[in-house]
Amino acid sequence: MLLGPSLAVSAVLFVIGAAGVLLRRNAIVIFMCVELMLNAVNLTFVAFAQQLGTNGQIFVFFVMAVAAAEAAVGLAIILAVYRHKETVDLQHINLLKG
Amino acid sequence: MDLVWLVPALPLLGFVLNGTLALVRPQAKSAVSAIGVGVLVAAFGVGVLVVRALALAHPEGPVVFHYWDWIPVGSLQVGYALQVDPLSAVMVLIVTGVGALIHVFSVGYMREDTGYARYFAYLNLFVFFMLLLVLGANFPVTFVGWEGVGLCSYLLIGFWFSEKVNADAGMKAFVMNRIGDCGFLVAMFLIWQYTGSLDYEEVFAKAPAVLPVGGAAVTAITLFLFLGCTGKSAQIPLYTWLPDAMVGPTPVSALIHAATMVTAGVFLVARSNVLFALAPAAQVVVAGVGALTALFAATIALKQWDIKRVLAYSTVSQLGYMFLGVGTGAMAAGIFHLATHAFFKALLFLGSGAVIHAMHKAYHATHAHEDAQDMRNMGGLRRFLPWTATLMWIATLAIAGIPPLSGFFSKDEILAAAFARGALQPAWYLFWGLGLAAAALTAFYMTRMMLYTFHGPSRTGAHEQVHLREAPWVMTGPLVVLGLLAAVGGAINLPTLVGGSAWLHHWLEPVTAAGAALAPAPELAHATEWLLIGVAVAIGAGGIAAALRLLDPSALVPAAQARPETGFAKVLWKKWYVDELYDAVIVRPVLWVSRTLLWRVVDVGVVDGAGVNGAAVVSRTLGWLGSRLQTGELGFYVVVFVVGVIAVLSRALR
Amino acid sequence: MSWIGAHLVEIVFWGFGGFAVVSATLCITRRSPLASALWLIQTLFCVAVLFTLLDAAFIGILQVLVYAGAIMVLFLFVIMLLNMGRGGPGDVRGLFGAAVAGVLGAALLFQLKGLGQAVPPEAIRLPPGTLAAAQQQQGVVNVVAVPLFDAFLIPFEITSLLLLAAVVGAVVLAKRKL
Repeated sequence: MLLGPSLAVSAVLFVIGAAGVLLRRNAIVIFMCVELMLNAVNLTFVAFAQQLGTNGQIFVFFVMAVAAAEAAVGLAIILAVYRHKETVDLQHINLLKG
Repeated sequence: MDLVWLVPALPLLGFVLNGTLALVRPQAKSAVSAIGVGVLVAAFGVGVLVVRALALAHPEGPVVFHYWDWIPVGSLQVGYALQVDPLSAVMVLIVTGVGALIHVFSVGYMREDTGYARYFAYLNLFVFFMLLLVLGANFPVTFVGWEGVGLCSYLLIGFWFSEKVNADAGMKAFVMNRIGDCGFLVAMFLIWQYTGSLDYEEVFAKAPAVLPVGGAAVTAITLFLFLGCTGKSAQIPLYTWLPDAMVGPTPVSALIHAATMVTAGVFLVARSNVLFALAPAAQVVVAGVGALTALFAATIALKQWDIKRVLAYSTVSQLGYMFLGVGTGAMAAGIFHLATHAFFKALLFLGSGAVIHAMHKAYHATHAHEDAQDMRNMGGLRRFLPWTATLMWIATLAIAGIPPLSGFFSKDEILAAAFARGALQPAWYLFWGLGLAAAALTAFYMTRMMLYTFHGPSRTGAHEQVHLREAPWVMTGPLVVLGLLAAVGGAINLPTLVGGSAWLHHWLEPVTAAGAALAPAPELAHATEWLLIGVAVAIGAGGIAAALRLLDPSALVPAAQARPETGFAKVLWKKWYVDELYDAVIVRPVLWVSRTLLWRVVDVGVVDGAGVNGAAVVSRTLGWLGSRLQTGELGFYVVVFVVGVIAVLSRALR
Repeated sequence: MSWIGAHLVEIVFWGFGGFAVVSATLCITRRSPLASALWLIQTLFCVAVLFTLLDAAFIGILQVLVYAGAIMVLFLFVIMLLNMGRGGPGDVRGLFGAAVAGVLGAALLFQLKGLGQAVPPEAIRLPPGTLAAAQQQQGVVNVVAVPLFDAFLIPFEITSLLLLAAVVGAVVLAKRKL
């Protein structure tokens, strides 16, 4: 019953997260927007789980675990970059340029 | 008759041996002479054996010897095959016989030339191709020979290629021949399309059934074949290469441009007589072009000063006669004139070769630089070269059609055939008239040539005169043989009118009967025939007399001091400006298109610019664009990422 | 009143759903990263409520405990560590960037809307209320936990390995001197 509206909310949240990634220059804030996108996907899974069985919720469980690991490692990387470049502004971190 | 493969193989062997000698040991002149002349004499011998076997066997149709499959492609089956029948027999004897005589003459003429071995190699190669041409059992083999003689003609015309004039003349001959060859090729394609075969036996058997008489198909085929003939046999419009080809050695002019190669066109028409009999319109074209060319070339010869050029235009004119003959359907008459013409024209050319040889020696001895071929530098040469003079007078009388020499019989038969056909179509009377006019002019200019060269006061300098003498016997011997043939050669086809047996006519009947049956020739009353003979002889004699009366050799001055021609004489001397016309209308536009359009625009602009360089520019641009994508900025990468996701989603949602 | 009672679930859903969207929007537009983080926590809370409404109470609690409680705290630690509470002048992209983000976002939304039309086919759809009944029977946690040690044991163990790797990686990466 709540499937349609849940999907709508999830889509909107996902798009907001994507727009945030495109919009911001601060690496940490971009990271947070990625978390937002993950949450939107979680919402989708749970909404479908109500119709199709608990597998959806289990998947959300795993997503959260992976998100935690990813957050830890990602923030460690940002810290390492900050130590080198004194900034987390994405425009100044162009070490990949070639 | 099984030995027929030897006939072309021997000259080919000569080419290989002489060619090798030319490359490794060009100074071995005796060996080259032995090989070069030897293979020709041997080929003549084998040819005689083959013809004798043919005469004894009396087969119904041609005897074909198939040696191997050349082009087996589906329904197109072309084999390398030689064919022995009366027509090819006659041609083989002429080619090898006259060829052998000319080879002997060349031994003397080219003695001092450094390219001696190369010359004989090319000459042997030429004879090989010519024999392929006449012995071929199908159109492609003949075409191989056709092309090959064109190649050898190019090689031999430009024999002294270090002078640009000679190389240019060779190129001109080759290119004009190629234009004709296109016609030959198209004709072959059409023949195969309509008859499904290219073998002579099959094509001529099927032709009356599949090609309607006078239809567009057979007319197209024959006209395209004739286009090839105009190129190879120097008729209007593709004749201008022949006079220029005189820059080659004189024996070459005798063999290729008098006796053999240029007659290939006549041979082809005679061979395809069935096809031509089915296309009356084409016959009119052939005969008309022939008659017109005969007259046209004769007018030009009236005002030429180079002795070889006079003979060149004479050849063009006489070839026109031959085409008039075969165009009428009188194949035997055309081939008869081919044979007699081979005798007396080869004699004339070789004789002029002896004259030029003597003049050259004289000028060489006195270190003069005059033109050894200009008649204005000659005169009174019969005192120094009596044998040559006498023999050339025999040839002149023959070509003028004075009985009982050979030329009289052959020329008269052609004119009679044309006149007879006039009863069916009045246009033929016009052709007969043109032929008669040409005969008058022929007698005139040939007498002119003899007068200026051999009679009257000598215009060669006094210092040179002491060096003028007769050519050695190796050169004069062949002249004697040819003189005899020119004198009595008419015996091979004496007309029934004078009690002869028309032997050549009957000999060629197995080949010409099919065509003659399709387009029967009208008969002439005996009285008319005698009248025609009388008219022809009167014209010939009249031409000679007029020349003797009107021309005054003592009024000439040596070439260096001569004034250029004016008025109508100039037009004739300048060959009616045909070369200039071709240059302006054809050569220059083609060169312009090639240089400006095809080279600059297409090759440099499109192919080089857009194609090659353009590809490089596009490549580099794409690379530059790619490099712009590597900014190293994560924000930019993310944008591209999202764009990609949207693209994938849009595809997935379709 | 009865109308509210009848539609309570929807009211709560749309209320918290709308609030989640608003907080998400505010999250991405704040200049200070600290404010962004706090708004994100707010969003997570709202989403947890939505989870609960969708018969996933356990997941909802986990969301608060793990996501908002642990992950976001980590974020806040790092923000404070890097002294970025105030936020720099150029943290948000300019007009052009906003335009690009707007366009792409709109395109994405349009496509996701299309996806949203998808309805699972009848064959695999469970009758409504199955999940709630199962939860009542086995207990809210058991519904998730039992399959975890049952059908999904291997992914479970691999996830633990993943977490181990993450811990080691984080420690190594953040060291001043290796």
